[in-house]
Amino acid sequence: MTRDLLEKQRANRAPRPRRSPVLGGALLTMNMPEQPGGAGLVSECAEVAFFVSRLNGWFGQLQALTDVSLQIPATAVTAIIGPSGCGKSTFLRCLNRMHELVRGARLDGEIRLFGENIYAPQVDATIVRRRVGMVFQKSNPFPTMTIAENVTVGLRLNGIRQRAVLEERMEKALQMAALWEEVKDRLDKPGMSLSGGQQQRLCIARALAVQPDVLLMDEPASALDPIATMKIEELIQKLKKTYTIVIVTHNMQQAARCSDHTAFFYLGRLIELDTTEKIFTNPSNKQTEDYVTGRFG
Amino acid sequence: MTMQTSHAYHQWRKLKSLIMSAVSFLCAVLVIAPLGLVLFYLIQAGAGAVDWKFFTQLPKPVGEVGGGMANAIVGTLVLLGLASLIGVPIGVLGGVYLSEYGSEKINWWIRFGADILNGVPSIVWGIVAYALVVIPMRSFSAYAGGVALGFMMIPLIMRTTEEVLLLVPNGHREAALALGISRWKVIVRIVMKTAFKGITTGVLLAAARIAGETAPLLFTAFGNRFWTHNLKNPIAALPLQIFTYAISPYDDWHRQAWAGALVLILMVLAINVGVRVLTRGRFSGVGR
Repeated sequence: MTRDLLEKQRANRAPRPRRSPVLGGALLTMNMPEQPGGAGLVSECAEVAFFVSRLNGWFGQLQALTDVSLQIPATAVTAIIGPSGCGKSTFLRCLNRMHELVRGARLDGEIRLFGENIYAPQVDATIVRRRVGMVFQKSNPFPTMTIAENVTVGLRLNGIRQRAVLEERMEKALQMAALWEEVKDRLDKPGMSLSGGQQQRLCIARALAVQPDVLLMDEPASALDPIATMKIEELIQKLKKTYTIVIVTHNMQQAARCSDHTAFFYLGRLIELDTTEKIFTNPSNKQTEDYVTGRFG
Repeated sequence: MTMQTSHAYHQWRKLKSLIMSAVSFLCAVLVIAPLGLVLFYLIQAGAGAVDWKFFTQLPKPVGEVGGGMANAIVGTLVLLGLASLIGVPIGVLGGVYLSEYGSEKINWWIRFGADILNGVPSIVWGIVAYALVVIPMRSFSAYAGGVALGFMMIPLIMRTTEEVLLLVPNGHREAALALGISRWKVIVRIVMKTAFKGITTGVLLAAARIAGETAPLLFTAFGNRFWTHNLKNPIAALPLQIFTYAISPYDDWHRQAWAGALVLILMVLAINVGVRVLTRGRFSGVGR
């Protein structure tokens, strides 16, 4: 039953590019709030992965996101930068409906993923999360599972049992995560036996194995040493050819190095979203300029 | 301040430190001393009566020497099994609710209730089971004993299950949910699996804790000098047999009571050692 649903969904989505920019053209003009400096609009966007309109998010009484409207282009890397507590992680977690898991968390507004409203009442959050994978700041392989089991867990627990399919997807995911060569001889060792950087790539492989459209990364390299960080960044460059990637980072050099577009958040608001080059060389907004030049934050 | 006074002061401080560590060491020894004493005394008094017959034979009638407690040993295991049928599912799922679902306010009340239940004198559980099972069934029974012990297990297991589930890092739940795995599968296949050893430990410790209970069985399981073939009938249990034999006037029964006590404490000890063995090991996840 679940598998059928997944396969059907998959069939609907292939081949890429899945949906024409037509959707963007029609929807983009609607509901777009006036924001200074053209915030929220990416000029040369081809296909829109996420269309976010007037998103507000709360934790209890605390408003973490205020009136965020933006579009995230498909098959590209969008970096989200901003000082701690500016709502960038909260925003990321709204994109795969993880925000609502926190006790007392609420949101309103609209988020469309390739045209579909992911917060529509008939949409199941688990289906959204299969399409929007996530990698966390702290690598978190499941401690009871081997390397192989860690990669295939998303498939197995969603009802896929055929060994051949599992093994094929596992190898593919590990190869995409640039981990295959390092672990192919010890797939039955515990996932926790890997080094920190390898564990993080294992988590990326685990997210890729369920074949999502989008990969959200919440400071994926902030706990890693420079060499492991470099590997993750190289990986991001490789993955963006097939995936839409949204990466939250504290590290502005990292955003500058590996993203195509950069969004600057401050105090729960989107201040500016533009090409990474423009954000870091000639931002339209004074606050953005102060932040990227290190005058605050 | 001269060097000398400071030196004397230093010596005084060292002495105080020594006294304190000696006192706390003494207290620590006092904690395990009773265990050593009890074991020593039980072995001295009971080991002589523990033989093959003790494990294989029924009690002999009054006046005859010999016989064993086979029925009581089996009865205790049966009662533990019956109690686990009630205590394990309710306790574990209750712990899952506390850890994974439940609002803070409801959880506070449930925890408060469980902690009170943990402190309820065990004889009260006997009365509860008497009212709930013995009176309607018009007979003392193994079922009644199982209910009394099972009720005692519930809060014990619930709290330990909750504790070990809360030890599972939230990152694992989030990582699993972010893979599009449904909530109950995340709980059963990821969270509970990670905490499996801890949960098992809690169950075994609860079983060890109730294995020696006498009061709740006095007017529920009641005891039986013969084999129980129907769980609707009274059943023997080691603690009950020990109690009966210990207050009897016969020397042979006294010896058997010692032997029973030794076997009982060894059973409990075996469970505890089993728990230690279980919680060792590399691939462990979260234990105690």
